[in-house]
Amino acid sequence: MTSRLVVSDLRATVAGVDVLRGVNLEVASGEVHALMGPNGSGKSTLAHVLMGRSDYEVTGGSVTLDGTELLGLPTWRRAQLGLFLAMQYPIAVPGVPVGALLAAASHRDGPELEAAVRREADRLALADEFLARGVNDEFSGGEQKRLETLQLAVLRPRIAILDELDSGLDVDALRGLAGRVASLTREAKVGVLAITHYVRLLQELRPDRVHVLLAGRVVTSGGPELADRLEVLGYEGLAAELGVEELAIEAPESADPFADPGF
Amino acid sequence: MPAFTPDAARALGGHDWLLARRVAAAEQLASVSWPSSAEEIWRYSRVDEFDLERYQPREVNQRSLDVPVLDAGLASKGVVVGDLIDVDDSEAADWLGTCSDASPDAFTVLHDAFVVGGAYVRVPAGVVVETPLFFEHRSGGDGLASFPHTLVVVGEGAEVTVVDRFAADGDPHLCDAVIELIVGDGARVRYVSVQEHGPKTWQMGLQRAHVSRDASLRSSAVALGGDYARMRTESLITGSAGESDLLAVYFGDGDQVLDFRTLQDHAAPHSRSDLLFKGAVEDHARSVYSGLVRLRAEAQHSNAFQTNRNLVLTEGAGAESIPNLEIEANDVRCSHASAVGPIDDDQRYYLETRGIPPEDAEQLIVLGFFDDVLNRLPVPTLAAALRRTVERKVGKLRG
Repeated sequence: MTSRLVVSDLRATVAGVDVLRGVNLEVASGEVHALMGPNGSGKSTLAHVLMGRSDYEVTGGSVTLDGTELLGLPTWRRAQLGLFLAMQYPIAVPGVPVGALLAAASHRDGPELEAAVRREADRLALADEFLARGVNDEFSGGEQKRLETLQLAVLRPRIAILDELDSGLDVDALRGLAGRVASLTREAKVGVLAITHYVRLLQELRPDRVHVLLAGRVVTSGGPELADRLEVLGYEGLAAELGVEELAIEAPESADPFADPGF
Repeated sequence: MPAFTPDAARALGGHDWLLARRVAAAEQLASVSWPSSAEEIWRYSRVDEFDLERYQPREVNQRSLDVPVLDAGLASKGVVVGDLIDVDDSEAADWLGTCSDASPDAFTVLHDAFVVGGAYVRVPAGVVVETPLFFEHRSGGDGLASFPHTLVVVGEGAEVTVVDRFAADGDPHLCDAVIELIVGDGARVRYVSVQEHGPKTWQMGLQRAHVSRDASLRSSAVALGGDYARMRTESLITGSAGESDLLAVYFGDGDQVLDFRTLQDHAAPHSRSDLLFKGAVEDHARSVYSGLVRLRAEAQHSNAFQTNRNLVLTEGAGAESIPNLEIEANDVRCSHASAVGPIDDDQRYYLETRGIPPEDAEQLIVLGFFDDVLNRLPVPTLAAALRRTVERKVGKLRG
């Protein structure tokens, strides 16, 4: 069965500021979509609004997964319906190792699940101690991203949002994780929305479609060649070409808990 | 007719030395001044509700203490395990009261007056007891008072692990307990207490350890039951380079009040103490943690750490956390941390993004919160059982 995530005219505010201003996107099983945009364009906000984080207020639009409206459903229901979010800054839960988390998440029985976790850990070069420790608890950035990918691989959602899976990774680690994601799109037909602001990830992940988010709107979409054009023009150049004036949204710093800290 | 009289104390029988100690305390009881919550050390307690007249002491034949069977090889090495009421060890009389007499209050006097017997372990110098020794102190009975006692005496370089389980039934009951841990030079003692009283039990307790030179104590407490359950946990380091680790987990629900007063008392140089008390409260339960680190002038080059963390799971529940330092030495390292708060929203959200419903997520988070204490319990099977017990208590949050 082909799954389809459809985002239509999605609007959201945080602390009274419009941060998503009518986003349209469609991601189907086995496809890889890249969502690119500068800091403050609303990328992470979109990821968390899709997942149902309560800090954001949805003010319009719709998000459906295989025809089921997700807006209004709690986060865990969205996840159970097949949506997954690999976070840019995964949250530490001390004392809750990934095995316990996945057992609660998947209701799969012990030995089979344990074997699956171990297989993925080997594949992603994640050392045993990170399976024993609470998830993300005193993990390095690279270890966190490996663990996010491990969970993705074990849970095999219909649609996965990867929020800057590439941040904090060296080239070799990036290649390994992107390779695993790519194989999941082929073997398990996972549909991927990969949020990034660098083209590096896309060289590994080979997106079918590239979308550019500026100031809370998808301003243009295209094939992989759009990423190459971005590399040449930069966001400002592309915005000028498209006649778009605003790139980022000035949200009050404290208002958006999941915003980029900036670089 | 007043129940807590010297005659009643005398009638409990046992060794002469025990009887003498009991009667002396019973005579002192008449003039003891009962505490009130106006005193700082009783602040946030429910001592004002306490009424001794509601209780009477248990008879000798009403008590129940399960004593572990001692390996013959250990007995031949001089290890003694038994019930204080009839234990055959001339040293027991000398050791009884060593710790508790150094930190008396009205409830230790009451305890001394009506203690019938208790868990007794003495390990002579150099002997290592590999297998944990389990004692079960069962008490209860409508309107009765019980006075469990534990006395652990460990000689130079000896090692032992002792586990006490205290459980009173569901009737209104007073449990006034004293635990004494005497850790000799270079000895290693691991002590675990598990408190699973019924919902109408009032507990007043003192656990006090004296830790000698190069010795190490690790004490772990699990406190789950009681209506009002108070425990003073004290550790005095008397010898250079002595070490004391005090750990506890507690979980209160319903209208329970769990009350902990701790003392890490350093009276020797190069000593180290660490304390980690972690608790959760739900429904209308309350917890109190009040802890003091004392570094005396003679405790130079010592380190002391004190951490108390509390999860408040429902709006009606509450936790007090009051860490204190008293430092008289000028070359020491000391830190304390305390936290009271609800379950972290971000943690819950993270688990929810994996498809875990919020109630299950909370159960995972609470168990995870306790994990660093439960993981350090010296008896892994006990840790697994307690994890399930806590799981059940947290599971009550569902629905």
